[in-house]
Amino acid sequence: MPDIAAFIDQFGALLAQGTVDTLIMVFLSTGIAYVFGILLGVILHLTAPGGLRPAPVVNAVLGWIVNIGRSLPFIILLVAIMPVTMLVAHATTGVQGVVFPLVVATAPFVARMVEQSLAEVPREVVEATEACGASVPRIVFSALLPEALPSIVRGVAVTLIAVLGYTAIAGAVGAGGLGDIAIRYGYYRYEDQVMIVTVVLLVILVQVIQSVCNLIARKVDHR
Amino acid sequence: MISIQHVSKTFSPVGHRGADATAVHALNDINLEIADGDIFGIIGMSGAGKSTLVRTINLLERPTEGRVVVDGQDVTQLAGADLRAYRRRVAMIFQNFGLLAQKTVLANVCFPFLAAAGKVTEADRERALGLLERVGLKEKANAYPSQLSGGQQQRVAIARALACDPEVILCDEATSALDPKSTNTILKLLRDINRETHVTLVVITHSMDVVEKICKNVAVLENGRVVEQGPVERVFEAPSAQATRVLLGRVDWDA
Repeated sequence: MPDIAAFIDQFGALLAQGTVDTLIMVFLSTGIAYVFGILLGVILHLTAPGGLRPAPVVNAVLGWIVNIGRSLPFIILLVAIMPVTMLVAHATTGVQGVVFPLVVATAPFVARMVEQSLAEVPREVVEATEACGASVPRIVFSALLPEALPSIVRGVAVTLIAVLGYTAIAGAVGAGGLGDIAIRYGYYRYEDQVMIVTVVLLVILVQVIQSVCNLIARKVDHR
Repeated sequence: MISIQHVSKTFSPVGHRGADATAVHALNDINLEIADGDIFGIIGMSGAGKSTLVRTINLLERPTEGRVVVDGQDVTQLAGADLRAYRRRVAMIFQNFGLLAQKTVLANVCFPFLAAAGKVTEADRERALGLLERVGLKEKANAYPSQLSGGQQQRVAIARALACDPEVILCDEATSALDPKSTNTILKLLRDINRETHVTLVVITHSMDVVEKICKNVAVLENGRVVEQGPVERVFEAPSAQATRVLLGRVDWDA
């Protein structure tokens, strides 16, 4: 029977700090990624063929950029853009160094999620707002985004959990957080207990994120 | 007066430019005159081009050729703010109601005010409540569309259409998703509103029953062409086109 008090004494502070670092990385980068992702998603939706402002060239170019962002495995992207990360964040390791690559990796993902949520708004509903003489910005802010909100919130859960996975990967190159601890202690030093606890913490985080987002999605959905 | 002059609409397949063998000719040289205060039916089978035609009137579809002239003004030339101002004069109701599911009934009826002025005033809300009273749903003002029956949702959509004080209401299969009882309620409401306000109604339908109940004039559409038009009594008494006889059920269904 392992001594729990001794374990907490030895690793408690480390694991607490790791959890806080992970939460900061996940929520900060997801938040920033949504600012760019919603903008990109709305533009992709509006400029698509049959959209409210069809623009094939803009749509194709943005689509390529988003696809390139999505086609790189995160670990490759993280290493490939390190010089840019250095310029933007003045660091390539720790929480400070990983938020920028996380945003770069997540924004295109968010763009596609938002684009899909907007596409789910029934065509007739959008036509009804057009027929009322609403301008395109009015349709976007007063009809499309509010109607897509429950779907967007569900997308937030998917994104947060994907980013949680990315932060664990980033742990391999010294990003800090639970993934970092799992690799340094659990993998290199054979501290099995630390490995198990980090895995349990990650599972709990995923469950909590999903449950809270489901709750919010139900609260805001009036269908 | 709405005057549809030589209107054609061709849909090119996605990825192809210009007219070619695979282009779809949804409308072919349509000419119609719809008088102020009329209840004008446009009837045809699925795919005849009815919805496309009605959408050229408020420019949700732009005709490939021809003009739509409303009160002497060629509206097919309109764009931007002028187009939006014109669309406020021409309201529309839809088969599946087109209500915003995440907004209350009252907020839905207020949407045209929001679209027009960027804000909803207390006076707007009063007026919206008056319109909801007119359609018999004042007590549902704070409900969401999903809590209402189909017929009630369509009455909300009618209240929303009336919010702009329109000169014309386009009804695109407005009763096709409703049961016979709700259909009658909606048709009576539309007819009464036409009598009270002299708003012009353009009624798209595939049901002769709807035409018979409320329309004064009718045009029959088949494969993107008008094959017959005139006063409803005349067309019902002596249909000249085969399409009309089929719609009237005056052919042997088992033939």
